[in-house]
Amino acid sequence: MSDSKPEKHRNWEEGGPERLYVLTSGRSAPSEAAPLDMVTLIVTRHRPTSSMQPEQAAILRICDYPLSIAEISAYVHLPVSVVTVLLADLLESGHAEARAPIPTASLPDVELLEAVMHGLQNL
Amino acid sequence: MDCKISEPVVGPRSEDTLPASASTAVKVVIVGGFGVGKTTLVGSVSEIRPLTTEETMTQAGVGVDDIVGVERKTETTVAMDFGRISLSSELVLYLFGTPGQQRFWFLWNGLFEGALGAVVLIDTRRLDDSFDVIGRLEERGLPFVVAINAFPDAPAYPMSDLRAAMDLPDDVPMVDCDARDRASSRDALLTLMRYLYALTTTASEPR
Repeated sequence: MSDSKPEKHRNWEEGGPERLYVLTSGRSAPSEAAPLDMVTLIVTRHRPTSSMQPEQAAILRICDYPLSIAEISAYVHLPVSVVTVLLADLLESGHAEARAPIPTASLPDVELLEAVMHGLQNL
Repeated sequence: MDCKISEPVVGPRSEDTLPASASTAVKVVIVGGFGVGKTTLVGSVSEIRPLTTEETMTQAGVGVDDIVGVERKTETTVAMDFGRISLSSELVLYLFGTPGQQRFWFLWNGLFEGALGAVVLIDTRRLDDSFDVIGRLEERGLPFVVAINAFPDAPAYPMSDLRAAMDLPDDVPMVDCDARDRASSRDALLTLMRYLYALTTTASEPR
């Protein structure tokens, strides 16, 4: 890269806050609806459209089978906070479906714990 | 992790996908200092090669809220390794390893909310690292167990001495663990689940 010709499109860091701000249109949290957790499972319902942001299209392409938001974050190389915002649009438009994690207000319920213990014992 | 979206995004390998029936996910957090074996433990029990998610933290700069100050802010990227265990065709358990030091507590908000509980992984040669973590978990009211990672060259202390040194309440379970060993790591998780089970069944009447 020579400095004689400044590159117009590369004036911010790929992973820097400016890019992430633009990706999310300046939003820092999903608008409303059910809160999304790092382990909320996401499944694609409809193929991406050509007008979609590439990052959102990428999310839809990898979620044919359920993936947690943390896994999506790892595969698309974006922080969970950014993926969450991108997903809010996809969920609202019905392109993706969220399978909510069990809300554990205080203590988890007995049947859930039994299922977890049973699963671990069979490892 | 670099954020070059120009590279095509590669999703999970076919053997790393969950069944379409997977509907419920729960999480457990493995907390401990650097080098204590969090990622080793996650890797021992995970069915996928541990993945990494990163959060970028922009330090609250002093008087730099105008655009001119942007490049002077210090950015810290913190990586969290995590793994996955399919417990049944519907139920999935995620394990997140997170550093225990106070400067990483900003990560804890999204991570600990909704978590079943935590395993505090301890190296007996560096017990001091665990004090802050245990205090913080007690503050948050998140149930946890303490797992002593058996490093070959670490001195073996009686559990009761360790409990006293950490000022750990009597009801918090402690367990020996070899993070490199699948069965041993699995047993540490089971210790947490049995503890949660006991807490849930004894706290049947509302407090």
